[in-house]
Amino acid sequence: MTGFLLRRLLILLATLIAASLVVFAVLQVLPGDPAAIMLGTGARPDTVAALRHRLGLDAPLALRYLRWIAGLATGDFGISYTYSVPVRTLIGERVLVSLPLAVLAIVLSTAIAIPVGVLAAARRGRAADAAMMGVAQVGVAIPNFWLGLLLILLFAIRLPWLPASGFPGWDGGAWPALRALILPALALGLPQGAILARVTRAAVIETLGEDFVRTARAWGLSRRAALWRHAVPNALVPVVTLIGLQFSFLLAGTVIVENVFTLPGLGRLVFQAIAQRDLIVVQDLVVLLAGSVIAVNFVVDLVAAWLDPRQRLAA
Amino acid sequence: MKGSAWRSPSLLAGAAITAVMVAVALLSLVWTPYRPTAMDFVHRLAPPSAVHPLGTDSFGRDVLSMIMAGAQSSLTVALIAVAVGAGLGIPLGALAAARAGLLDDLVMRGCDLAFAFPALLTAVMITALAGPGAGNAMLAIGIFNIPVFARVTRGAARGVWAREYVLAARAAGRGDAAISVVHVLPNIAAVLMVQATIQFALAIVADAGLSYVGLGVQPPQPSWGRMLNEAQTFIWRAPLLAIFPGLAIMLAVLGLNLLGDGLQDLLDPRLRRAR
Repeated sequence: MTGFLLRRLLILLATLIAASLVVFAVLQVLPGDPAAIMLGTGARPDTVAALRHRLGLDAPLALRYLRWIAGLATGDFGISYTYSVPVRTLIGERVLVSLPLAVLAIVLSTAIAIPVGVLAAARRGRAADAAMMGVAQVGVAIPNFWLGLLLILLFAIRLPWLPASGFPGWDGGAWPALRALILPALALGLPQGAILARVTRAAVIETLGEDFVRTARAWGLSRRAALWRHAVPNALVPVVTLIGLQFSFLLAGTVIVENVFTLPGLGRLVFQAIAQRDLIVVQDLVVLLAGSVIAVNFVVDLVAAWLDPRQRLAA
Repeated sequence: MKGSAWRSPSLLAGAAITAVMVAVALLSLVWTPYRPTAMDFVHRLAPPSAVHPLGTDSFGRDVLSMIMAGAQSSLTVALIAVAVGAGLGIPLGALAAARAGLLDDLVMRGCDLAFAFPALLTAVMITALAGPGAGNAMLAIGIFNIPVFARVTRGAARGVWAREYVLAARAAGRGDAAISVVHVLPNIAAVLMVQATIQFALAIVADAGLSYVGLGVQPPQPSWGRMLNEAQTFIWRAPLLAIFPGLAIMLAVLGLNLLGDGLQDLLDPRLRRAR
């Protein structure tokens, strides 16, 4: 297990470095001098040059990359070109919206998908299975931002139970903030849950056909016990892997869904930063998001290896 | 094989829905009930009626005509995005499979790296920075199809490379490229078709998302995503406007997904029982 862990850690580091290099390189190619943009069109060349120096933009590329990476590693994300405040503050405020939203969406989708998938597998071929998988098939096809609109129509307009948009912040208590996140989390989580339910069902059906499940039945275990004690735990590997993969979809999904519900999260920050050419914020955000995807997949690999020792040899 | 195709309901339903979508998109090139861009301020936000079967939007444009024209732009963007991904990804994957070793590792690690970037998020950034529009949307969505096709091609192609007839072709002095084209690709074409169907559906959702945030096809050319965005402003007065374009997206995606599932079952009868 130690060798496996070490190997995965090395791959993790290499991928992180490669991702940061790609992001840095791409954003350097873009036209426009941040210092000139910050100071406006009327600025004198020597003022621009002084600001360039202060921001470290006049240093050689390699040095700037190293400084940026060293900063990221120590929690210094640089200074926003438009707001002249530390990028860390900007991102820190928005993470408090996007992260709870993503977590809530994952929890909702998993809580719905796994029972539905297992149940459908247990009743495979019957009406209940067909009905659940029919709903899942349609659910997969619904784009999350449209589902968001439908949820607004239903639960904010028809039935005025939940807010249609906006976010009150966490200072006024957890409940008002959570209330504002329920519909966005459903919009994000339900389509993902539909995919997850289908995969869970397929994985459980596959393990139900395995020898060890048949042996368990031969030992006198009831169908239910064989299902929950033997088939389900062994079917979890692909399910956990998919939950990890969905994290990446969810992060991207928040960008659009936050727009539907006008939530002040990372997604909105991305749009603002791009519109204002606040490239350092864009650069930090992309690397952070890519970094969290890489980190989540690392954890998923570990969980999969823990669930199924065969994976340790394969990796 | 031929008989079993007719017994797969998802294949039939998927093919039918997709055929209708393509037909509507093609029809919109020559005929729509109204010009999709024609505004009629007297009949703004009209409910569905015999004159306007799906009603009119906030500019008095005919919603049915807009959805028909939207089908055309949506399918075009998705088709070209998938073509970009397949056109670059399949050769890359075939090359990786043919030349195992360093090149293979390089291509596969490159794919891993690309998967670290949430595709839709990065597409949003690319289109926002490079300028909104159909062309950049196709490219931004297409780029993330490259590693998908590269991976699938490589995985499937490696199985073919181990077969005897490939060894025989090699012994006969055929080069890697010739073997890939003549022996490997035809054998994995079906797998690639299934993948292309899935990617097509994903590209339609991505395109709708991009146009919803204003980064896809630009007005006055109608798009499903933008229609939903505009509908949101009037969601209190005209909720139906937020329903129809979404239904169109859902149907298009559902059709392609069913088609993909059906094709997959056809290819791998072992899985048919599982589904």
